[in-house]
Amino acid sequence: MENIFNLVYWIPLLPFIGFLINGLGRNAFSKSVVGFIGSGVILLSFCVSVLVFLQASKEGFTSQNISYFPFISLEKIHIPFEFQIDQLTSLFLLIITGVGFLIHVYSASYMHEESQSGYGRYFSYLNLFVFSMLLLVMGGNYVVMFIGWEGVGLCSYLLIGFWFKNNDYNNAAKKAFIMNRIGDVGFLLGIFWMLSTYGTVSYHELFNSQDGIITAIKTNTPVLTGITLLLFVGATGKSAQIPLYTWLPDAMAGPTPVSALIHAATMVTAGIYMIARSNIMYSLAPVTMNVVAIVGLATAIFAAVIALKQNDIKKVLAYSTVSQLGYMFLGLGVGAYTAAVFHVMTHAFFKALLFLGAGSVIHAMGGEQDINKMGGLGKKMRITYITFFIACLAISGIPPFAGFFSKDEILAAAFASSPVLYIIGLGGALLTAFYMFRLLALTFAGKFRGTDEQLHHVHESPAAITFPLITLAILSAIGGLVGIPELFVKNGHKLGEFLAPVFEHSNKILIVHHVAEQTEIILLVVSVVLIVGVCFWAWNKYKNSSGEKVATGFAKTIQNKFYIDEFYDSIIVKPIKSLSAVLSNVIDKSVIDGIVNGVGKSINYSSRQIRLLQSGQAGTYIFLMVIGMLVLFIIQMFTK
Amino acid sequence: METGWYIILSVALFCIGIVGALTRRNSIIVFMCIELMLNSVNLLLVAFSKMHMAGVGITDPSVATNAQLFVFFIMIVAAAEVSVGLAIIVMMYRNTHSIDINFLNRLKN
Repeated sequence: MENIFNLVYWIPLLPFIGFLINGLGRNAFSKSVVGFIGSGVILLSFCVSVLVFLQASKEGFTSQNISYFPFISLEKIHIPFEFQIDQLTSLFLLIITGVGFLIHVYSASYMHEESQSGYGRYFSYLNLFVFSMLLLVMGGNYVVMFIGWEGVGLCSYLLIGFWFKNNDYNNAAKKAFIMNRIGDVGFLLGIFWMLSTYGTVSYHELFNSQDGIITAIKTNTPVLTGITLLLFVGATGKSAQIPLYTWLPDAMAGPTPVSALIHAATMVTAGIYMIARSNIMYSLAPVTMNVVAIVGLATAIFAAVIALKQNDIKKVLAYSTVSQLGYMFLGLGVGAYTAAVFHVMTHAFFKALLFLGAGSVIHAMGGEQDINKMGGLGKKMRITYITFFIACLAISGIPPFAGFFSKDEILAAAFASSPVLYIIGLGGALLTAFYMFRLLALTFAGKFRGTDEQLHHVHESPAAITFPLITLAILSAIGGLVGIPELFVKNGHKLGEFLAPVFEHSNKILIVHHVAEQTEIILLVVSVVLIVGVCFWAWNKYKNSSGEKVATGFAKTIQNKFYIDEFYDSIIVKPIKSLSAVLSNVIDKSVIDGIVNGVGKSINYSSRQIRLLQSGQAGTYIFLMVIGMLVLFIIQMFTK
Repeated sequence: METGWYIILSVALFCIGIVGALTRRNSIIVFMCIELMLNSVNLLLVAFSKMHMAGVGITDPSVATNAQLFVFFIMIVAAAEVSVGLAIIVMMYRNTHSIDINFLNRLKN
């Protein structure tokens, strides 16, 4: 098993091969072959990932750096194409390939109504996405990470606009791509700055405890603050934080499994991964930490409020994703890196489950996404209902489901940092519980509110759809048990132990506040009681609802997402559009065209005038010649 | 100062040539005036050649021939040019029955 690290390149390579086969052979292979290849390569890379994980969890494992070839080689800068495998990477590998595999299986059934070439195209994009994401987490330096970072952005664009005949979907895809690009600029500038300051972008050189950043930057905190803030701008773009979050809800235009894979389980956690990977830099830049915590918390609350009044099943989940990502950033911002990564993991389970459940519902309803037209589906779709219910319990933070442990850990860390953060964070958690149970009640409880035709059509989904649902439901139910707080079980936090080497230096730098045990118990009990209360309240309120009334007043503002899109539209998009209109109608037509046509016209005019000199009179020619000679003589005389 | 006279002579010849070329309409006379200018320059060349040779102390006329050779060269070219020019004038006379140079402005159409 020692040579397992010689095989790690297969982990990203396999999905890439799948991408090539499915992409090039999309017209040649039948749907079942495409689905088999697409899922099979992910399963194989999952197997390799498991081997890597087992190796990484052994006693005495140290981070492995595998360099393949020089990627950029200049006089002073050498950036190799390298992978780094450590505990953090191996955990992300498991999440990406594991959840990714389930979503591929689900897609094979969900997308079956696509045309043959569309089906191949879909799976090739999905494989390419997994490839990019694996590159992102396996990269041994920021440049390799950036390649993956751009790759997932591209795949996100391609998959959101998968049904490219609908122009709204294309606009959503463009919006996602452009918003991501805005963030990427920050990330790229951060990398450049890092390169010029430290001369390297490799993790093992930057974060080396002997001669790395820890010793180098203590004297230069402002630069580090700048770099970390720029990297964080990249993270806000990719992980949908204020102010760059608006693309994520629109990204629901893509097929539902895509929403599950990209916009819930993997891609949007890239920002979290990046900050967790750079944890040492962040720990040394307290200003940035505060910014991260505040932005995360603000996003968590803001998105949760918007989610309260959304009526599209996928939009509710999208805003919930934004909100949960906000929690992860809160965790990172208060220095609870383990908790944030833990929440990434549990969130991947229950949010993928929620999206896949939503997909199953939408599938059964024949494409209907408005929860006002659902209701009472619980009886018809048992498995979907139960799994969705488990996911709701998990995301709301009810023990012993997965979300409880991770969210509680983040909130406890927030309390240790500042009680204000805790209270606001708890408020967000209550909002989460409310909108999730509102969604659950409106979808699955009460009477059916759709058409008779839809009612007739509603059925439980096939096994390829329910299998991933059940698997993810089990993971959502028990996934949190890897991180039981010390409070309950001594040495119960296996994940914390596993990840400890990654965050070792940060924990030395940061002053970790510990909350007294009694306080922690009180906090736990209070939050659980409140959350359970809110769940019951929401359930009862919407159990027999006949659908949402038309929203008025503040509720209408919420339903319209605080008019943020309109706001961005009027302060950014419209001015730019009118500027382009001025440039194209005024500047281009009168100035640029004027210059070009003016050159032609003046040459025409002057030739017409000069032509008159050629009169054909020999006497004139001779006279001009003599004049010319005289002029030359005069010049000759005066220049001496 | 003996070169000065040559210069005055050749400038005079040149000016006569110019005035003739500018004022006369008979193309044969214009042609002769041009030849006159050419030869005034030739004269100048010979005079300067002699002057420079004397300036560097060479008095043997059989050695100091560089510029004179140039003059012969110019004369040969001028002879060729004259034959072409006269041929043009002959053709012109055949076509227009005139040797007035202002008739030649018809060329422009």
